[in-house]
Amino acid sequence: MANITLIKAVNEGLRTAMQSDPTVLCFGEDVGPKGGVFLATENLTSEFGEERCFDTPLSEDGIVGSAIGMAMNGLRPVAEIQFQDFIFPAFDQIVSEAAKMRYRSGGQYTVPMVIRTPYGGGIRGGLYHSQSGEAYFCHTPGLKVVIPSTPYDAKGLLIASIQDPDPVLFLEPKALYRAVKGEVPGGEYTVPLSTTRTVREGQDVTVFCYGAMVPVAEKAAAQAAEKGIDVHIVDLRTLLPLDEDGVLEAAKRTGRVVVVHEAPRFCGYGSEISALIAENAIEYMEAPVKRVTGFDTPFPNTLEHHYMPDDRRVLDAIEEVHQF
Amino acid sequence: MLTVIEADGTAPGYDPGLSKAELVHVYRTMLLTRAFDDTCIKLQRSGQIGFSIPNRGIEATSVGSASAFRKDDWFFPSYRDFGIPLYHGVEPVDMMHNMYGNALDTSKGRQMPVHFSFTEPIRLVSISSPIGTHIIQAVGAAYAFQQRGEDRICMASFGDGGTSSLGFHSALNFAGVWKSPVVFLCQNNGYAISCPSSKQTASESYAIKGEAYGVPGVKVDGNDVFAVRQAMTEAAERARSGGGPTLVECVTFRMGGHSTADDPSKYVPAEEMEAWAKRDPIEILERALLKSKVLTKKKMEALKEEVASEVQAASKVAASTPAPALEQVFTDVYEEIPTHIRRQGAQAFDLAKRKGDASAGDGEFPL
Repeated sequence: MANITLIKAVNEGLRTAMQSDPTVLCFGEDVGPKGGVFLATENLTSEFGEERCFDTPLSEDGIVGSAIGMAMNGLRPVAEIQFQDFIFPAFDQIVSEAAKMRYRSGGQYTVPMVIRTPYGGGIRGGLYHSQSGEAYFCHTPGLKVVIPSTPYDAKGLLIASIQDPDPVLFLEPKALYRAVKGEVPGGEYTVPLSTTRTVREGQDVTVFCYGAMVPVAEKAAAQAAEKGIDVHIVDLRTLLPLDEDGVLEAAKRTGRVVVVHEAPRFCGYGSEISALIAENAIEYMEAPVKRVTGFDTPFPNTLEHHYMPDDRRVLDAIEEVHQF
Repeated sequence: MLTVIEADGTAPGYDPGLSKAELVHVYRTMLLTRAFDDTCIKLQRSGQIGFSIPNRGIEATSVGSASAFRKDDWFFPSYRDFGIPLYHGVEPVDMMHNMYGNALDTSKGRQMPVHFSFTEPIRLVSISSPIGTHIIQAVGAAYAFQQRGEDRICMASFGDGGTSSLGFHSALNFAGVWKSPVVFLCQNNGYAISCPSSKQTASESYAIKGEAYGVPGVKVDGNDVFAVRQAMTEAAERARSGGGPTLVECVTFRMGGHSTADDPSKYVPAEEMEAWAKRDPIEILERALLKSKVLTKKKMEALKEEVASEVQAASKVAASTPAPALEQVFTDVYEEIPTHIRRQGAQAFDLAKRKGDASAGDGEFPL
């Protein structure tokens, strides 16, 4: 066990996967000798050689499109998109190609690959280094969408994603890269996809969150506890395919639900959680589901702290559904 | 522009490197391609299938190209490439199953007609509808060959319109940098649906587009199957021997609509169509085969009848094959069916059962 940052856990996860499976490759812009702009692939080129960890031309379409071809032909590519904000030239490849290949070929061709990309705000990155685009991808059958919030999960979910037979979009909360540390085992272990994690047990209000919003929810829950509100926190970890049963069970437990995400509210992931509960557990609910989200505006730079849900906003929502 | 077969049918100084039987196979595959095309258009016109993509006029490009590759190479075709699978031994009936979208379609009735996918006898990678997406995938698949040190190669086929796509640019750029064992086939058939080349590019040719990426470009008479074969063979050999990618532009003409939903008389001048009709790729090859005495006219007629009945028999089998079962909507999204899709499948199956939908099959939702 080592006490390491989330970005180091990503690096460890990649190294472990590359050691155990010679078909695993890492590539993208500045991923090679530099080790990536956030150092997720640090030292992998020197350890595994240029053929397995390398720089590509500056083309997200090219990175993902070539990864699809590699994955169909026996390799396990882990492609990095430098910022999730830059992924959209590859949207066609992800949505029309990777996600549909198994289906449209009747299982003849499959795309076991991972696209890793840092997402989210909190680093003064403005419109194009801060976005949370998970909802675009969660609307895509055939794709898996995974978001860790702790170093332990980052490594375990990443290895599970690399071993998964289907394409996985692995969204890394860049605000947490160096902000959180945790115990991470050496060697190979996996955290199964499509399972939620109970962050905190509570009886009064359930908060669903993921990625960088998990520590925010924890902070709000600690403040709520001082006011006598016992908050239950669930880290969704895999947004697609979602552990629906786990979500419904946690919602029924308290009958009062808050969903937190950085992405804009309209058609955001919170809408799906809210609808899932409304359709399947309405009789257990004591209050309307409350969403705490980014605003339905582009992501601002200087005033990002107003845009991103923080403990004040989450606490407000917890109190509101508790008092309803 | 490379042309081999002269107007009188001679091919001076050219050796296709094919036995007589192989030459006949090239010719027969071009006939089979045309018969398959004609039949599909008739089936669409009579309402038996929903859609097809005319292949008339491009048979030499498609078959000549296919002939330059080995069976263990990977093919990333366009949707106007009947000749590639047919040349390498995919049975017309297996393609016809896709035209009908029936239970034996490899896509399980999920894709439109002409979107083939095969793993045997060749790797013909599932065809997409978005233009150009497969070109860069071919470069990735070729990277896997490079990494494993195999001497197999990839080919990606696309139209003139495809050269404007993001995937074309990414593919040529990556392939140039990686020295990929890939051959890019640009089938310049004159029009991207209704848009002529003048609206597609200001380049003097499509072949020249390779130059900026460090990829050699070759322009070929796409209606001359020997010229196509020669250029593609050189390109395939370069790729296989570590020399990197080549862009081959085959200049041909689509003697029909973009699809069965398109009326080319609205945008193709009649004189242009007439001029190309005089350069029919099958007739050009026939002149060469007659001149070199590989085949007689009588034998050619017999082959035409043979392929026509082969395609007819294939369409009969496909027509009488049932539609896919309802469960095929819900499988192959992921390797394992997730809970939410399983629930949706059960609901759909339950509804079909209650409402008496005959196509849903019998019994419980099996998944």
